[in-house]
Amino acid sequence: MKKRNPFPILPYPHLLGIKDLSKTTILALLDRADATVAFSHKHKKSLLHGKTQVNLFFEASTRTQSSFEIAGKRLGANVINMLIGNSSIKKGETLIDTAITLNAMSPDILVIRHSSAGAAALLAQKVDCSVINAGDGAHEHPTQALLDALTIRRTKGKIENLIVAICGDILHSRVARSNILSLNTLGAQVRIVAPSTLLPTGIEDMSVTVFHSMTKGIQDADVVMMLRLQHERMIQALIPSTREYFHFYGLDREKLKKAKPDCIVMHPGPMNRGVEISSSVADGPQSVIQTQVKMGIAVRMAVMEALLDSQRER
Amino acid sequence: MKPILLKNARIVDPSRNIDEVGHVIIAEGKILAAGNEVRNQGMPDEADIINLKGKAIFPGLVDARVFVGEPGAEHRETIASASYAAATGGITSFIMMPDTQPVIDNVALVEFVLQTAKEAALVNIYPTASLTSGMNGKQITEFGLLKEVGAIALSEGKKTIHNANLMRLAMTYARDFDMPIIHETQDAELSAHGVMNAGLMASWLGLSGIPREAEVIPLERDLRLATLTGAQYHASQISTAMSVQAIGYAKEKTKNVSAGVSINHLTLNENDIGEYRTFFRLSPPLRAEEDRIAMVNALRDGIVDIIVSSHDPQGADTKRLPFSDAQPGATGLETLLAAALRLYHNGLIPLTRLIDSLSTKPAKIFGLDAGTLKPGASADLIIVDLHEPWILKVDRLNSCSKNSPFENIHFQGRVLATMVKGKIVFYSHGLENIKNASLSYKKYQGNKV
Repeated sequence: MKKRNPFPILPYPHLLGIKDLSKTTILALLDRADATVAFSHKHKKSLLHGKTQVNLFFEASTRTQSSFEIAGKRLGANVINMLIGNSSIKKGETLIDTAITLNAMSPDILVIRHSSAGAAALLAQKVDCSVINAGDGAHEHPTQALLDALTIRRTKGKIENLIVAICGDILHSRVARSNILSLNTLGAQVRIVAPSTLLPTGIEDMSVTVFHSMTKGIQDADVVMMLRLQHERMIQALIPSTREYFHFYGLDREKLKKAKPDCIVMHPGPMNRGVEISSSVADGPQSVIQTQVKMGIAVRMAVMEALLDSQRER
Repeated sequence: MKPILLKNARIVDPSRNIDEVGHVIIAEGKILAAGNEVRNQGMPDEADIINLKGKAIFPGLVDARVFVGEPGAEHRETIASASYAAATGGITSFIMMPDTQPVIDNVALVEFVLQTAKEAALVNIYPTASLTSGMNGKQITEFGLLKEVGAIALSEGKKTIHNANLMRLAMTYARDFDMPIIHETQDAELSAHGVMNAGLMASWLGLSGIPREAEVIPLERDLRLATLTGAQYHASQISTAMSVQAIGYAKEKTKNVSAGVSINHLTLNENDIGEYRTFFRLSPPLRAEEDRIAMVNALRDGIVDIIVSSHDPQGADTKRLPFSDAQPGATGLETLLAAALRLYHNGLIPLTRLIDSLSTKPAKIFGLDAGTLKPGASADLIIVDLHEPWILKVDRLNSCSKNSPFENIHFQGRVLATMVKGKIVFYSHGLENIKNASLSYKKYQGNKV
């Protein structure tokens, strides 16, 4: 007989964004993920045995999709990857019709990535199972923020009062929004470094300090988080050239010297080497980019476990 | 046809600055008399008498911005269904925008709208014609011929004329025919890909913003051209405090400009979008609370002349989508008065000014026989309970589309009966006797399609 958890970590059956999570909830998820890291590389019991997890990726993804797939499989779930390229979505079916169709097949967890902000929330209204937002437009990417927090906590031992500089294309970045929310909730000092054309309106009111100079922005930072320059979303020419961008905002060894000597360098991937980050830094001793990928699986396992707990409670 | 006597109602007639308890006498589709002094006059023999103690009578509302799906998108709204929704909402005349498929840009289509309205509509429908052929923004339409067959104004509907020289030409030519130009301004490039008001809320939601400047830059251009050409220019619906300033400045220079605001921008703001609620996706987008307050003040002070419903029916095919993929627009005919009465009940706008902006003023701007209870005017009026509480259930809407931003909202004040040219076209519970009172009841015949 399964043990019932009287206090589920997640109060809701979905994980749509960091915005809905309290500090306690985030910390509890991190603790659970922390405990999972040790054996996240092998099959863990069979918590999700007999459960069906559907990965619905409307946008191309390598690491997030495979991370969710591996996390699900290591928990014993049956994982189905919907191939959008071959499906009826290509034939003009709307997101809601797809959701209703999938819902009729009674999955337990839906993992969705979509190019439109709010797509995950829309889906969650129409299905009976748990929905995990794996990135919706420029809105949120909660599991990325959780794995980033876990990476920071494991390398630095804490998050509170650390100086974290998030650098680059904030405007198009869901990772930035989720990280601003989670790092602020966890008590870090968040800095934003970017040219003004890559910043959303009202960024100053998001509890961050804004810098337009990289050297000033990463001065004494404990963590430098680089973001990918999202060429595919750049509808207009927001920057004149990648050459100029790298000169002023690309992270190289020289600029990194401004940060604290033990500063760690993060990147959610995929990287544009030579655009926002130089190879010498990306592969250098301060880089924790591979750790982030590893933490990704642990965090996603923890999230799925927590969602099933809260499902049982409903 | 027997005369009708409506007794002891609160009569509000902004055209004569009247707000008093009195009677209204209607005969042969016209108003014979309305006001307090009627109490002392002799009554016509054999009149049907309806006592309306505690109720109010206004001139029927005139809505200057209504989108209809006919021709081309009849599943969203037909001329007949729009007129039924209008009658329910107390709107006795509306101006129909030319955004149909095909676009109303020629004489035959104007005649089609007028003919269909004559056969099927419960209320007066005044068509506009597009400013440019097929709304291509290049070649102006036949203003003179369009006016001759009954187009009352020129409008590019939801579109903005991009070319300043073309706008100047259109205004210059329209002036010769005394044709008003109704224009909505939104700079296509500044608003490109934007789906809601630019600001912190849009940034958190990860949605592209439309800055206020996108509205005011082409508006200022238009206002200067209106001053230059002397054309009658009506800003279709403005939404920002900056636009109010621009209109106020232009009005100091010239008498031929006017402006409207949609009921949505008077009563809602961007926070209503909440978690991506597509019924609140509008164009122009719902702005911040400061802008909403500026719009209310501008309406009270008369800088903004009129309130429009911006009725824009959309179906599940265009609204049940992620926010940025959904079409903008909201229905509004049936909620216009109830939503506007919030401004009266909150003490923000006096009742006479409110009815002026919903009825008298739009009729005056576009030269329509409406918006007044003067003796001799067409008997277009509504009977209203100013205080009845009710909740809007979208499945009860008579419009073919249900995309109301006021879903489940509590309203105070409701239309009890609507009369067009002396005929009752809508009545609600408690006023069944109005139907029996006269044989002039005209009923909704359903959609033709």
